[in-house]
Amino acid sequence: MTESLEEFLIARRGTGRPLLVPYVTAGVTPGWTDVVHAYAEAGADAVELGFPFSDPMLDGVTIQEASDRAIAAGTTVRGILEEVATLDVDVPLIAMTYSNLVVQRSTAEFCAALTASGLRGLIVPDSPLEEVGELADAAAAEGVDLVLLAAPSSSRARLREITERSRGFVYAVTRMGTTGERGEIPEEATRLGRELKGLTDRPVLFGFGVSSPAQAAELAGHADGVVVASTLMRKLLDGARPRELGEYVASIRRALD
Amino acid sequence: MGEMSWSGRQGVTVRAAARAMSDPGATGRFGTYGGRYVPESLIPACHEIEAAFREAWSDPEFRGRLDTLLTVYAGRPTPLTPAWRLSRELGITLFLKREDLAHTGSHKINNVIGQALLAQRMGKERMLAETGAGQHGVATATAAALLGLKATVFMGERDIERQELNVLRMNVLGAEVVPVTTGSRTLKDACNEAMRHWVSSVDDSYYCIGSVMGPHPYPWMVREFQRVIGEEARAQCAAELPVGVPDYVVACVGGGSNAAGTFAGFVDTTARLIGVEAEGGAAATFGRAGVLHGFRSLVLQDEHGQVTEAHSVAAGLDYPGIGPEHAQLRDGGRARYETVNDEEVVQALLCLARTEGILAALESSHAVAWVIRAAKSGEIAPGSTVMLTLSGRGDKDIASIKELL
Ligand SMILES: Cc1ncc(COP(=O)(O)O)c(C=O)c1O
Repeated sequence: MTESLEEFLIARRGTGRPLLVPYVTAGVTPGWTDVVHAYAEAGADAVELGFPFSDPMLDGVTIQEASDRAIAAGTTVRGILEEVATLDVDVPLIAMTYSNLVVQRSTAEFCAALTASGLRGLIVPDSPLEEVGELADAAAAEGVDLVLLAAPSSSRARLREITERSRGFVYAVTRMGTTGERGEIPEEATRLGRELKGLTDRPVLFGFGVSSPAQAAELAGHADGVVVASTLMRKLLDGARPRELGEYVASIRRALD
Repeated sequence: MGEMSWSGRQGVTVRAAARAMSDPGATGRFGTYGGRYVPESLIPACHEIEAAFREAWSDPEFRGRLDTLLTVYAGRPTPLTPAWRLSRELGITLFLKREDLAHTGSHKINNVIGQALLAQRMGKERMLAETGAGQHGVATATAAALLGLKATVFMGERDIERQELNVLRMNVLGAEVVPVTTGSRTLKDACNEAMRHWVSSVDDSYYCIGSVMGPHPYPWMVREFQRVIGEEARAQCAAELPVGVPDYVVACVGGGSNAAGTFAGFVDTTARLIGVEAEGGAAATFGRAGVLHGFRSLVLQDEHGQVTEAHSVAAGLDYPGIGPEHAQLRDGGRARYETVNDEEVVQALLCLARTEGILAALESSHAVAWVIRAAKSGEIAPGSTVMLTLSGRGDKDIASIKELL
């Protein structure tokens, strides 16, 4: 596979179905890579891998717990990258982590390491437009698509800049809040999706609080697809096996198609 | 004093250093430190607060209201007290800037009254705050009551146990105290939780950060609100001292707000600026550059980039980072950062209590401990003058001290 994350997602979108990107915290269980395979087999279009950080400012209790568990088990960036390099999955993998892990040595070194392990995208939620310059350059130089977040509170001018500078897809945050399961889809999410779709041809995916197949299907109707994280991590923390997580992703896939 | 191009032992000109404690501009950068590393959701709020602060800070009416409250409500100016007996014992001339005498018992009130007025000006109904020792939480609860705002204070479970008195004070003042049960259950986790809460309530809530940390404009804004400490002390020193300026200016550093406010008054003088951190939370000494809680600075972290927990007897210094401007002052050599251990701190607290009749907070006792050590070792030359900011009073620490005795 030599195409970029964005090329891959655009091609998939071209087949006429909504995009589905499930998430797993790397290192959360010894068999976490089996979860990646299960997602891919269940019809994921890409898989987001959380690189756990001690102070996940934008995460709710579920992903905090998953991160704490992974760190306590000795998970490190280097360890994750070594495991990822051995994976054989036919969809792109996207790293999600916080700035402190990205700037450890240099953003260039971090992005080079992602590419060397076969990762094709990167999401850094605490690196907004103001701070993203150097990282964006490093990512571009290494062929990593740096995905930017858009929020319900973003001004139109910012949304325009975000859609211009984001690569891979545009991550539309459904609500003002942290990650975590939620009951309803807020108004502001659909409005944001509409606005972003009007500004860009890049894929627009909703994330944060996508908690059921029905919700995923409803949201996907307002953009190009969804990222699903906390609800999967909750099941995993409660003891679900990779196969069961795969079945759940398959049920979302069916609801989307 | 101010304009000469002095190049001191620390090897930086006064002129350059004076620029170092000015307006960091739109990017909020102090050299390579600072910035605004927050989720996109919070960016508009940061812009809004920056704009509101810039406007308020140049509005004579706002400044007038703030000055009035600091005077008639918070008890400013605080005195500069000669430490008569301790000075004699140490062979130096030591002055204490008495922030312990400010309303609520610490310097935290200076910043909080400023931010509460700003929150009110911005039409916010609620103030959110994180707290370690509880002093910032108490100050926030106090200012909220004064201005008719609501207050929600996030506090680590571990700090709730060791600063019980301040939790009671916040409750009496009508604030809601939310226990934080994640991570190390101390100040760093309270900051995370306050940020998370802020994202979901940004429309009606104002996040009142308690030190010179967080995303731009907070490190700069909090320093400006604390600048009153340094400006008063500068004028008081000018009146008290034959040469007008002390040889040393010393303050304890958690996030670094009392130190930043103090240093701001002396950065353009020949005084040596010394920040004193707890040995178990000394980001300026043992930290590496990193990004935490919305800003780039020196951070205590392991080799893999996971932020480590700070440990000290003083809850208010258990913070694994340091304000970005301190990181810049350190790199440029204009300020120096020292560490003291828990044992020295407890001894210093007892010493000051028994020689001067002043019961200082454990946090503030870090500054006292360094002065005692440095005067005894000769590092502070005999006959030197030292201005020490005593950031708070020790009543809140009585239970901890009892256990340590
Ligand atoms: C009395 C006192 N001094 C100092 C500090 C440390 O804060 P900063 O370094 O921001 O002055 C605290 C924090 O809680 C405090 O309560």
